[in-house]
Amino acid sequence: MPKGIAVDKQGRLREQRVAMSDANLLLTITIVVFFLLYLSAILFLGGGFTKGQTFLNILNNNAPLIVLACGMSVVMITGGIDISVGGVTCLVCMVSAVNLERQGGNIFTVILIGLGIGLAFGVVQGFLVAHLGIQPFIVSLAGMFFAKGMTTIVSKEPIRVTNEAFLAVKETRITVPGMGSVNKLGQYVPAYVEVGVVVALAVVVLLFCLLRWGKLGRGFYAVGGNNQSASMLGVNVRRTKFLAHVLCSLLAGLGGILYFLHVGSGDVANGAGDEMNAIASSIIGGTLLTGGVGNVVGTFFGVMSLNTIKRIVSSLGFDEAWWSNITVAAMLCLFLVIQSIVLLRKNKK
Amino acid sequence: MTAPVKDPVKKVESARESFFKRLTRQQLFIPLAALVLLVLFNLIADPSFFAVSIKENSLGNPVLSGNIISVLDNASELVILSIGMTLVTASSGGQDISVGAAMAIAGSVILRLVCGGQVNADTMHMNLFLALFIAIVVSMLFGAFNGTLVAYFKIQPMVATLILYTAGRSIAAWINNNELPIMNDISFKYAGTFLPGIPVPTPIFVTLFVILLFWLALKFTNLGLYTQSVGINASSARLNGLNPQFIKLLTYMILGACVAVAGFLRVSRSGSINYSRIAENIEMDAILAVALGGNALGGGKFNIYGSVLGAYVIQFLTTTLYKYDVASTALPAYKAVVVILLVVLSAPVVREKLTRVKGRTPAKAAKEVS
Repeated sequence: MPKGIAVDKQGRLREQRVAMSDANLLLTITIVVFFLLYLSAILFLGGGFTKGQTFLNILNNNAPLIVLACGMSVVMITGGIDISVGGVTCLVCMVSAVNLERQGGNIFTVILIGLGIGLAFGVVQGFLVAHLGIQPFIVSLAGMFFAKGMTTIVSKEPIRVTNEAFLAVKETRITVPGMGSVNKLGQYVPAYVEVGVVVALAVVVLLFCLLRWGKLGRGFYAVGGNNQSASMLGVNVRRTKFLAHVLCSLLAGLGGILYFLHVGSGDVANGAGDEMNAIASSIIGGTLLTGGVGNVVGTFFGVMSLNTIKRIVSSLGFDEAWWSNITVAAMLCLFLVIQSIVLLRKNKK
Repeated sequence: MTAPVKDPVKKVESARESFFKRLTRQQLFIPLAALVLLVLFNLIADPSFFAVSIKENSLGNPVLSGNIISVLDNASELVILSIGMTLVTASSGGQDISVGAAMAIAGSVILRLVCGGQVNADTMHMNLFLALFIAIVVSMLFGAFNGTLVAYFKIQPMVATLILYTAGRSIAAWINNNELPIMNDISFKYAGTFLPGIPVPTPIFVTLFVILLFWLALKFTNLGLYTQSVGINASSARLNGLNPQFIKLLTYMILGACVAVAGFLRVSRSGSINYSRIAENIEMDAILAVALGGNALGGGKFNIYGSVLGAYVIQFLTTTLYKYDVASTALPAYKAVVVILLVVLSAPVVREKLTRVKGRTPAKAAKEVS
């Protein structure tokens, strides 16, 4: 229970117990849910879940999603939403693959392409949302369809990358000490993470610092909490919203690079449904849709919970493709209802 | 402007201006202008676009064929959806993005019922109308789910419907055990293709019937009035004795019924279903139709005929693009550009600037004359 400081009748300062804020309550729910899920998986399912590598594999597979979801959280904190991130990821993968295979690009051009596409989407969408006042959902819906359409215009066929320098980066494995396990032959197998995970974790830490201490980060919360009071406090609301969308799309571009690094191919189906996963993760992580409340650490745990439950569902034997979608939807529904109850309760007070 | 105009030249000028202003202020101006532009483009590029001929279909019946017929035919699902979407938009100020997924569910339910669980059925196992009725009920239940989240839990409509958007196609696959049932009975396809002896595609009649139903409902009930008042100001609607939550829920359920009819038309065109491809991206078109029809996406006043016209314009655009060999997968990119242009033009900031530019020129001209 956090403590607050209050002044009593005699004018003395006193420590006082205060109720948890909504932000902390939602964050706590997320973290508790994640640990409960993982613990129950270890206890009841055992098997793979006891190995450190299983945990790290969830990270390996979802590094791009972590980056996307963090960007999504930033936009959601300002009270907007961006559903174009999955499309941008897909477009970045395809253009990068074409660049590597047919135009003799290298890893640096891929990075430039990814960030460039992200920046372009961010600037256009941010301008439309912040300066023209169009609903972010409509703008980014159009952005999503534009990105998906452009992907098929670039190439309809999947492109597998054979560039050696790229594959070397893709196969780089960073050993994590202390999480390895002993295999059946009695040999010690070290646990590893891919390059993408390091980038994703760095993004989480950087964004956390920005949101907690940066002037821009505080501006995001101020704008999301209340537009008008933010502008009275001297925050440039339009510029802040614009920058939130630019940041989100840039991160979507980065997520696209990581996705490309993970799968090593350009395909129309890349990143399909990732916008939904990113939104679901943010919501599960305690970001309020109405804006002003959220935390990238929560989002990180949101991604982890979502994928842990997906893994649990598939190891319970429901491994048909549709169960994964239904699980995401059910979890999203559950957390939306929790949020809504928290908010309605607050409004009644 | 209100001062009496004595100069006859000025009088004519102001009359012309006010006619133009009155025209642009009409709600149906944008869709009509878009339609005229498309028609002109096609007339100039290739007049044969409008040719209608009589051909024999695979069953040997003489039927009408041509681009215009195909626009009217293929727009049917979109028109039906956009009517429901208009109501939802008006009452809740948001759009339902799960309509495509919900159409997959409705289609899946119908096929499951008429095929009786078989993968390849030659005869119908259930009366078609009963199956359609059950599908409508199921769809309305899903609509009620969306509506409950929106009305009672106060979640933004687009996010609340995101749940069904994510899960819908999976639920549709699950209903049929992930099999792809095929219905070979000819009479099943009557609704999606042609009735024997009638040369006009059946979906056109179904659409007209649905439009007629809504016309009657809006004329003889308070549905339209209540929906608008809830959309304009929910709390004052409540103070006037309406139940805003129930009205919102009702509009989502009505959309559910529309979705079921649209899903039925879609599956009866081919007698089969592909869960991930059926009605793909139709939610985008439906929202676009509502916006194109001049309805405010933020809720409030609405005009379903605007949306209907908008839906036909979109199908016209699609057919035109197809004619110029645009791949169906690349279509969303072009439509996205159209959407962005539309919303930019209808954004309040841009409108204000445009009217200022427009207003300046006549004023200057008047000064020069005097």
